[in-house]
Amino acid sequence: MASSREIKRRIRSVKNVAQITRAMEMVAASKMRRAQRNVLATRPYADRMRDLIGDLNARVVGQARRGTFLEVRPDTGRVALIVVTPDRGLAGSLTSNVLRRVGRFILDQQQQGRVVDTYAYGKKGRDFLARSGQNLQAEAIKLGDAPKLEQILGVATAAISRAQAGEYSEVYLIYSEFINTLVQRPTLKKLVPVEAPEESGGGRQVDFTYEPSQAEVLDELLPRYVETQIYQAILESIASFYSAQMVAMRNATRNAKDLVRDLTLSYNKARQAAITKEVSEISSGAAALAEM
Amino acid sequence: MPIHLEIVTAERVVLSDDVDLISAPTRAGRVGILPRHAPLLTILEPGELGIVKDGVRTPFAVSGGFMEVLPTRVTILADTVERADEIDEARAEAARKLAEERKQMAQSERDAAIAEAKLRKELVRLQVARLKNVGRRQ
Repeated sequence: MASSREIKRRIRSVKNVAQITRAMEMVAASKMRRAQRNVLATRPYADRMRDLIGDLNARVVGQARRGTFLEVRPDTGRVALIVVTPDRGLAGSLTSNVLRRVGRFILDQQQQGRVVDTYAYGKKGRDFLARSGQNLQAEAIKLGDAPKLEQILGVATAAISRAQAGEYSEVYLIYSEFINTLVQRPTLKKLVPVEAPEESGGGRQVDFTYEPSQAEVLDELLPRYVETQIYQAILESIASFYSAQMVAMRNATRNAKDLVRDLTLSYNKARQAAITKEVSEISSGAAALAEM
Repeated sequence: MPIHLEIVTAERVVLSDDVDLISAPTRAGRVGILPRHAPLLTILEPGELGIVKDGVRTPFAVSGGFMEVLPTRVTILADTVERADEIDEARAEAARKLAEERKQMAQSERDAAIAEAKLRKELVRLQVARLKNVGRRQ
């Protein structure tokens, strides 16, 4: 059994850790509330945009799709992958779940003989992609807790313009979708070519009238759609991060408290044993003296 | 039969309601939407977006975006939207002045274009803000 002094020292250090994780839990909780509010507020716009694109996809036919993101292009052997991760860790398995999905996706594409160019939002993903040598093309890190649309456009535009130029036949997005405080799900989305949502299968309908012209409307709308989806993914990722961090820190605090309880018990036992030993030494010493 | 109108910006759902008529400023000119309109997809310009419900017209200032018209529902994805009575006229006037100064000071063509766009937005906001004082029409 460890000496009581050693145990005491460990108790003190575990208590310190608990204090830190408790503080981090509280900070994460307050940031989480704001991030969740943001992600829920912007969802209607992203959802309506997706509905609109679904309507559009069911109506635009033939020639008009050429050269837009609606067109399914011949395989160029090169696809783009945009990875959205948090900048920091200490959020349980959140980042590794996303990165595992990324790894699986890249392997899968490589098996089909395609080259994957990667674009990163967030330091964790950037580091992972750079370390594993994955054709990292552009990155944006330290975007803060509530990035503006303009802040995220740089990387998005780099990927979008190369897709428009016909370099990529497909563009994918992987991020962590915020479901609720306890659940975040790594999600893979195909951004280009734009796919209709599954439910809108009801055959082709009358095409829209476009004003001023179809080409002009599609040219403005489709890149905007892609930007919106990326922006939403980043907000989802931020909300996921703080939720996961809060839960991870809460667990850490609880574990530390359990540990302190166990250590305190061993400390008391050690102390008790020491006292018992001392008493028995004294009493046996006294008994020995009395016999003389 | 009313039209179901949804106005959504990146920040929030501004309006979700059944209305009788929508008058919107598009790049190709002003359009009026009544129920059972043919499918239309159009780009919005800065201007006054008028919505009529039960004979009352509510003006909004819109700075741009997209409008999707289907026979029974209309979705407006706006960059920014404000209801006329939410606009603070004094602040809009100050913002207009600032935009005008920026335009004068602009060094490059790009700056000038940005300032010009901003100025147009502020002018629209002012115009729309004044509409609420005219009283309700139609």
